[in-house]
Amino acid sequence: MSEKTGKIVGISGNMITVEFDSDIIQNEVGFAVCGDEKLKSEVVKIQGNKAFMQVFESTKGLKIGSLVEFSGEMLAVELGPGILGMVYDGLQNPLNELAQIHGSFLKRGAIEAALTREKNWEFTPCIKDGDQVTGGDVIGHVPEGIFKHPIFVPFHYTESYTVSFIIKKGEYNVDKVIAKVKNERDEELDLKMYFNWPVKIPITSYREKLVPKDPLVTQTRIIDTFFPIAKGGTYCIPGPFGAGKTVLQQVTSRFAEADVVIIAACGERAGEVVETLREFPEITDPRTGKSLMERTIIICNTSSMPVAAREASVYTAATLGEYYRQMGLDVLLLADSTSRWAQAMRELSGRLEEIPGEEAFPAYLESRIAQFYERAGLVELNDGKMGSLTIGGTVSPAGGNFEEPVTQSTLKVVGAFHGLSRERSDARRYPAIHPLESWSKYNSINDKKLISNARDILFKGNEVHQMMLVVGEEGTSLEDFVIYLKSEFLDNVYLQQNSFDDVDGASSPKRQQIIFKKVDEILKSKFTFKDKSTARHFFNQLRQLFIDWNYIDMHEDKFKEQENKIIKLIEEYSSDAESL
Amino acid sequence: MQKVYNKILSITGNVITVKAQNVAYEDLAEITTSRGKSLAQVIKLENDLVSLQVFSGSQGIATNDEIRFLGNPMRVTFSENMLGRIFNGSGVPRDKGAHLTENLIEVAGPAVNPAKRIIPKNMIRTNIPMIDVFNSLVVSQKLPIFSVSGEPYNQLLARIALQAEVDMIILGGIGLKYDEYMYFKKELEEGGALSRSIIFMHTASDPIVEGLMVPDLSLAVAEKFALKGKNVLVLLTDMTNYADALKEIAITMEMVPSNRGYPGDLYSQLAARYEKAVDFEGAGSVTILAVTTMPGDDVTHPVPDNTGYITEGQFYLKNGRIEPFGSLSRLKQQVNDKTREDHRAIMDGMIQLYAQYRETEEKRAMGFRMNEWDNKLLKYGVNFEAGMMDLSVNISLEDALDLGWKIMSQCFAPEETGMKSELIKKFWPKDNN
Repeated sequence: MSEKTGKIVGISGNMITVEFDSDIIQNEVGFAVCGDEKLKSEVVKIQGNKAFMQVFESTKGLKIGSLVEFSGEMLAVELGPGILGMVYDGLQNPLNELAQIHGSFLKRGAIEAALTREKNWEFTPCIKDGDQVTGGDVIGHVPEGIFKHPIFVPFHYTESYTVSFIIKKGEYNVDKVIAKVKNERDEELDLKMYFNWPVKIPITSYREKLVPKDPLVTQTRIIDTFFPIAKGGTYCIPGPFGAGKTVLQQVTSRFAEADVVIIAACGERAGEVVETLREFPEITDPRTGKSLMERTIIICNTSSMPVAAREASVYTAATLGEYYRQMGLDVLLLADSTSRWAQAMRELSGRLEEIPGEEAFPAYLESRIAQFYERAGLVELNDGKMGSLTIGGTVSPAGGNFEEPVTQSTLKVVGAFHGLSRERSDARRYPAIHPLESWSKYNSINDKKLISNARDILFKGNEVHQMMLVVGEEGTSLEDFVIYLKSEFLDNVYLQQNSFDDVDGASSPKRQQIIFKKVDEILKSKFTFKDKSTARHFFNQLRQLFIDWNYIDMHEDKFKEQENKIIKLIEEYSSDAESL
Repeated sequence: MQKVYNKILSITGNVITVKAQNVAYEDLAEITTSRGKSLAQVIKLENDLVSLQVFSGSQGIATNDEIRFLGNPMRVTFSENMLGRIFNGSGVPRDKGAHLTENLIEVAGPAVNPAKRIIPKNMIRTNIPMIDVFNSLVVSQKLPIFSVSGEPYNQLLARIALQAEVDMIILGGIGLKYDEYMYFKKELEEGGALSRSIIFMHTASDPIVEGLMVPDLSLAVAEKFALKGKNVLVLLTDMTNYADALKEIAITMEMVPSNRGYPGDLYSQLAARYEKAVDFEGAGSVTILAVTTMPGDDVTHPVPDNTGYITEGQFYLKNGRIEPFGSLSRLKQQVNDKTREDHRAIMDGMIQLYAQYRETEEKRAMGFRMNEWDNKLLKYGVNFEAGMMDLSVNISLEDALDLGWKIMSQCFAPEETGMKSELIKKFWPKDNN
């Protein structure tokens, strides 16, 4: 810790101007002293002997001349065992622990260690004295919930080191020195189970970054089949308010087939996080048999919490994600919402009196968004294992209009786009991902040919629908009308999904393949109806059978029975066709 | 004890600047002018220059008027004695009652730790089908009514206030017309609710800065009562006026505007207020219903737009009815599975059919021939609007659900509704008369 200090000479909102006389670092953390409270702040601009600092708390009560103590370190997070299952604020303060100490409200200036010092972890070393190690090498393991947590040599130790001491197997807390290493200049360094890493610097301690290829299954049909996401890929969900962004993120966080899920609730409603917070410990993860919370980390900097910490929260989340990726895991980071993060940047930029870009967002908005999504990726680690970090961010465009800076900058850098539409959510067609406007560059779990055929029907169905609005149903040929009914059928039974139903909410890849094949058969079938109302009647019946089918567990006998009913109905009408 | 300053360096808009030492950010000062005393709040410090926003406006302030710093931020009294009383935006009584100065509490206090929040689980019944059936209101919810001038939004607000099962009502009026203020007062009095109400009232003729404090005062008091175990309903009307006051100050302070002149932190400012809605474990709760008028009926206007992203849904009030499209209660899923098993199915199914009706109605208006299915939809639409949407309908949730089945059975065959078969078996009316 350095003992550099400065004095406040200006306050405007959460921005303070500090006069200092020694040397300071860009992004250095300082503490503004206000009575007995110390308010964490970060240097964001330096000009002469003045530092502009954003305060991560309310600045109420600060005065001109108040002291600022500099820490000599950049804004960092603690990386080590004990992160899984935690609920942190944007600066990695554990919220449950804060609640135990300070009660219902977030006390200003309260800071708690991110990793508990009280718990002892059973450490098993895997190196011995005299071994050569470098940053990113594993020196031992501790069990953490669902898997073995490797203990790394800190990633920023880039030299080659000789192990001079390694503790024997036993139970220790994270503060215990478990190993000592010497570099070539014979300087000895202590290693603990955790180390600090600055959040704004990506962790790159891996061999190679690869192109994402395997799909990350979310169990939402429209995503997995039509607009898939990939392990190590990126995607965004822009949509107006009320279109179901957050519900979609919640469903994904629950059912996605990832090893670790990080939820970054960034500037959104506190209530939404609470649902996750209270429900996840109760839900069993079918993949591990343990509670869903054990694979989840929540970074929670909701809208009424200080805005500067919101800016930091997405970086905190990305850093934690990269850390678990280093262990060869598939990590999914869900950021809700990146627009709030962009707005935090805008507020900051405004207080710095920078020249504003479009809609007053700073000129560097685009590059910051790109840098953030670039932290995702599939990597081959130094030991040959693969790890991935997938980032999905929601975007809340002003007025639901995608022609705005945050959406546009995001679209440039992501691999899949799930555009939510007000039109679909108004018609209660959930998830309201627009099937004609959305896209994905990744591989689907279903056959490409079938998908392109189905999309074709959707496009044509939409054309017919548009036409019908002008010429009416009577002006539409029966053939066109059947195409329209087919596209509606596909929409109703496959694209739409009831996320609140236990069975329909999560559709496994196998189930999706079975159902999609059946849907495909129907889309390709040539039916001959005597008039439009017979056609409508048939598709109504078929839809009813399919919707009921969607609600039946795949492992029940009824599932097959229902399928037979569907086959029977189709045959009825096809045989009709033959006899004509 | 605090030094008095009497040299004002600049007066722009409602912001004045003085040279002063040892002043804390957001502290209050009292200005004595020839017109009387007014409060002002520190909004910027730069070396020894202090900028203050003057609550009563800057008209008539002389450069040599006296400024005394009070050494504390904005506070408000808190006690049971406030019930039935009416205050202005500075927390001073508007009625003829006594000045209350006991037990001062901080306004705009810290946020609730998300880890201490609980999942909302109690529905607030209003006996308005468009709310109870389709978008249930939930304890601790924050919900705006999006509307345009001329719509009966204040009437709707008053009706919900009187019918909702809550312990206390706090009404915060921002920029209200005087007759609207009188209307609320009369409704609360006649409904017998004034004795459990507290009113913070800022009318259109009051200085604009005073309106800025109304939400903070209302919510600070509500929060304290909630901690004491009361279920409090806070009504804020009209939040667009609040946002406009924020805009005015921001422009005066030469902040870079982001969208249509509103400051870049509009979202955070609104969120800090709305997020005060909370359900305390083992204590009471704060539920917020606010009115947001949309200039030009434009939901993409920055105020309704930002509000929509913050609140847990919204009610659209249009042509005197709560619109089924766009209206949304995000918390309804927490409660509508515990009412009746057909609640969710009715909610989704009827709206989907109503959406189809709207389409058909458009086609009809354009002169297309209607087929059998179209006619069914048309009949349905008319029945739905009369039975469910009319604001004068005042029936319980269960009656409304029964009515829903009845309306559908009058118009459709069961399989045309898209309802689950088992629900149809149980609820479809046996005789369709």
